[in-house]
Order: sequence, then structure tokens, then C-alpha cells
Amino acid sequence: MKTIGSLVRNIRSKNAGPYWVTIDVFCKNKKSFLEISNKLNKDLLSKAFKIKKNKIKTFQIDNLNVFKISFPRSLVQGHMEDRDMHGAQYSLILSEMNV
Amino acid sequence: MEKTKVLVPSGVLGLGFDNNAFENGLKLSPDIISIDGGSTDSGPFSLGTGTSKYSRSSIKSEWKRLMIGRAKLNIPLIIGSCGTCGTNNMVDWMEEITIEIANELNQKLKIAKLYSEVSKKDLKKKFKNNQIYQLDPPVRLDKDKIDRMTHIVALAGAEQIQNAIKTNADIILAGRTTDTAIISALPLMKGANIGSSWHGAKVAECGALCTTEPTSGVVMIEFDKNGFVIYPTSKNAKCTPETVSAHMLYENADPFILHEPGGYMDVKKANYKALNKRKVQVNGAKWIKAKNYYVKLEGARIAGYQTSSLILIRDERYVNNVEKWTNKLKKFLCKEINQRMLLRSKDFNIQFRLIGKNATLGSLEKKKSNPNEVGVLCIITAQTQEISIEVSKLINPFLLHYPLTKNEELPTFAFPFSPVHADRGALFEFGLNHKLKLNDPMSIFKIKLSQT
Repeated sequence: MKTIGSLVRNIRSKNAGPYWVTIDVFCKNKKSFLEISNKLNKDLLSKAFKIKKNKIKTFQIDNLNVFKISFPRSLVQGHMEDRDMHGAQYSLILSEMNV
Repeated sequence: MEKTKVLVPSGVLGLGFDNNAFENGLKLSPDIISIDGGSTDSGPFSLGTGTSKYSRSSIKSEWKRLMIGRAKLNIPLIIGSCGTCGTNNMVDWMEEITIEIANELNQKLKIAKLYSEVSKKDLKKKFKNNQIYQLDPPVRLDKDKIDRMTHIVALAGAEQIQNAIKTNADIILAGRTTDTAIISALPLMKGANIGSSWHGAKVAECGALCTTEPTSGVVMIEFDKNGFVIYPTSKNAKCTPETVSAHMLYENADPFILHEPGGYMDVKKANYKALNKRKVQVNGAKWIKAKNYYVKLEGARIAGYQTSSLILIRDERYVNNVEKWTNKLKKFLCKEINQRMLLRSKDFNIQFRLIGKNATLGSLEKKKSNPNEVGVLCIITAQTQEISIEVSKLINPFLLHYPLTKNEELPTFAFPFSPVHADRGALFEFGLNHKLKLNDPMSIFKIKLSQT
């Protein structure tokens, strides 16, 4: 078993405004980009982030070998129960995931 | 047309930038210096209170360097979203700092202030007239919700900034604007390619984040009829097609589309070409003009008042059973608060965040940790600060001594502070994810001029 983090160059996440979070997966090469894009399907993402499948948007940015995931935050930034104001730690959920 | 050169000293005023890189930038004869002053990164507090998240001293020292540079070339200097949130009082705060510096430097200046704040009365009227539209995800709005807002701002676009530039002011202090509009406004005015003006602005809005050396801060963008050329002014930094195109991903939910007042930009067909090792030429972005003119709104209101307490648990048995302990304790405390304070469960909120276990990710945490110690951060939220403090005091002895099982000696945990609880003051929440339709882009914005 390998973690996604060990297969890619970098994974980062950040809010895209107070209502969205976006995760960028920078892959090492075309092969890993295609593999990762395939593995990170909406079923898996929905389970990992507890977000409804139809709320998740994914993008393949071919020229950069980047797979991008965006979804509305389950709690708006700064909500009483929000734990991560910048949304920067969401990336770890993916990078530590075994595939 | 001639090129329009925009010098961007940093992603935001207060974050710092390399002085040599800035001096190099000035030697390249920019037409304008544009810097952003805003961010929602740190949450709703800044907008809720109308205060800057950066210290006045940081803002003043960096602004002074920019004002000295501006005076050398006699070009306009513009800041958008003054004081983090871009409220009217923050525009005035920035003016106060500007006048202070102008007096110190003996500079005679014309200042234009662009105000972006929207009054509750105006917003309610526009809400009633169906001029306010929900964005995705939908956030419910009603008259009462608007009434409870402390500050509401509209994000100005290029049109409002251009009107401020046309006053021929030396310094433009803008309230809330889009991050990009302060950069795109001048090239658009001078007839540069529309799609590329927005695209270049988006790439440069975080300063040198689109280069190989993000901390150097400063980038130069040259706009013309076909596209733009971008490069860092720090000697060691480089822009490459990768660093430049990757910036469209940054804090943007859609990597190809960016909505702005009056339309949106689409970069799906953009071309990136390295002119040399550190300069990148870009063209091909499209601008799609919208049928109607909309500006995005932001608003914040008080959601309650908080106190926090931190308990440190080092006892191995309690560390290993900390979830069980906090669950049991919470149930017990809710009952005690109901009985002793006659508070209903919906009138207060108790949260325990287990630092060392899952305080960051909560229920999304997958790792099972086995820490030496656990910090239990207890957060109380209630309708007033007094209630919040009273609840914290009520629960204090139990946080310190609550036993895991009935028949055991009372434990005592570590508290690092006296008093144990810290008042957090008002908790603010964002309350708008909407856009406002305007027939005249200037209708809710105001420009005021002053002279030092």
C-alpha cells in the first residue's frame, strides 16, 4: 500500500472564498496524473470529505498534470464549529490516503 | 498602443516585500503601482468589526516605502480592499496613515478614496426589489438577517477603479474591490486586450507567488493589445510557463473561469510562452461580457459570544480514554447548566476539541494517534459574553476534577492559565454569498477627494 502523497509531487488545499475549498494535486508526470485522476473518483472523494457526490467538482489540467477538486465547505469559514479557517489541512486527508 | 506596465509589490500590504526587487521594479518605469490590502483568509472577524488583521506599524512601514517609490516616478499608487475588509472606516484609516506619512516626507498629494460599503437600508431595499441574487452554495437571506449585519461591502470592479484613476489622484485608497480589478483597471482603460488584462491581473494578484521565489514579492506585468508579459523583479526569481499557468489554480474553485463585475474570463485557450529564463508571455484568454452588471457582496454579523478554556491531560489512563471522558463530561455539564442556570440546551454550545487527537480534522480524521498528552480546548458559545463567562465558570471545577468512573479518587488536570477561561468576545459569521444587480456601476460606490 502506498499513500497518495508518496505518488505525487505536492498536494495543497485552500479556501476559494469563505464558502468553498479547493485542493490541487500536482502529479509527477503524465502517467501518474492519469492514474491519480482515475483513482480520485467522486465516490471516494465523497466518502473521504463527507460531501455529497453531486456537490464535488473535479478538473483535469492536462498541461500541468494537475488534478483539482473543489467543493462547498460543509461549514462556512469561521462558523462556530469550523476547525480550519484557511482550509489548508484538508489536503492531508488525500495525501495520507492509501491506494 | 503602447504597453501599460503595472508594478505589483506584493500579494498584500503587510506581508512584506524585497526592497531591492521593488527598487528594480521602479527602474523599469511602471505606469502604476497596484497592491491589494484585503483578504478573507482569516475569517469574518475583520469585516465584522471593520478592523485590519495586520498591525498598523507593518502597514505604515510598507506603505511608506511604496509612497517614496511612487513620488520618485510621479505615478499613481493604488491599494484595494483597505484594512483587510475594505469597509469605509478602513479607507479612512488608510487615509490617516497616508497623511501621517505625507507629513513626515513632506509630500503634497491628491488622494482619491473609493468607498464600497453598502448600508443595511439600501440592501434591504434592493432585496425587496429583487436585485440580489444567490450564488452557489445558496445562503438564506431575509430582512432580519440583513438587520443583524455589522458591515456589508460590495466588491468594486475595474469600472469603479477607473473612475478613481480618472481623478488624476496620486494615491487611490479603495474600499473592497476584487483582487484583480486594481491591476486590470489601467490596462483596460488604455485599450489592452480585455481577456488578457484580467488574466494578467489574476496571475499577479498574489505578487511573486506566480514565480519561483514567492517571498521576493514583486512582479511586473506589461499589457498590450495581444496579451501580457510577466516577470519578477528580484534577480533570483523566475517566471516559467508552469509557475504562471499554475496560479490560475490558486484559491480559485474553477481553474479556467474567473467571475468579475460585468462578465467573466475564460483561460481554457490561453497560451504560455517562455520569452527567456524569467519572462513569460501569455495570450488567448477570453472575456465574456455579461448581459447585466453584477457586483459580489460580502457581509458579516455577530453569531454569539465565546469563551475558551484549555486543559492539559498527561495522565495515561485519561489520555487513552479522552473521548469517553469528554463525552461523559459534556452530558453531565449540559444537565448542570440546565439546572443551575436555567438555560435551555439551544441557548449555549459546548465544544471539546482534542488537541493531539483530531482537533484539526474532527470527524474526517483517519489516523489513530497514541499521544503522550492531550490538550482539551473547551469552547463555549452563548448569546451574550456574560452568559458565556458564567457557563465557563460553572464548568471550571468539573473540567479540573471530573472522574472517568464513579469510584475513583478525583483527578486534577493541568491548567496553563489563570483565570482558566479567556473571553474571546464576539463570534462573527459571514452571511452573504450573493451578487447585486446594478444599472449604473457607480450607483452604490462613492469617490471622495482630499489633498495633503
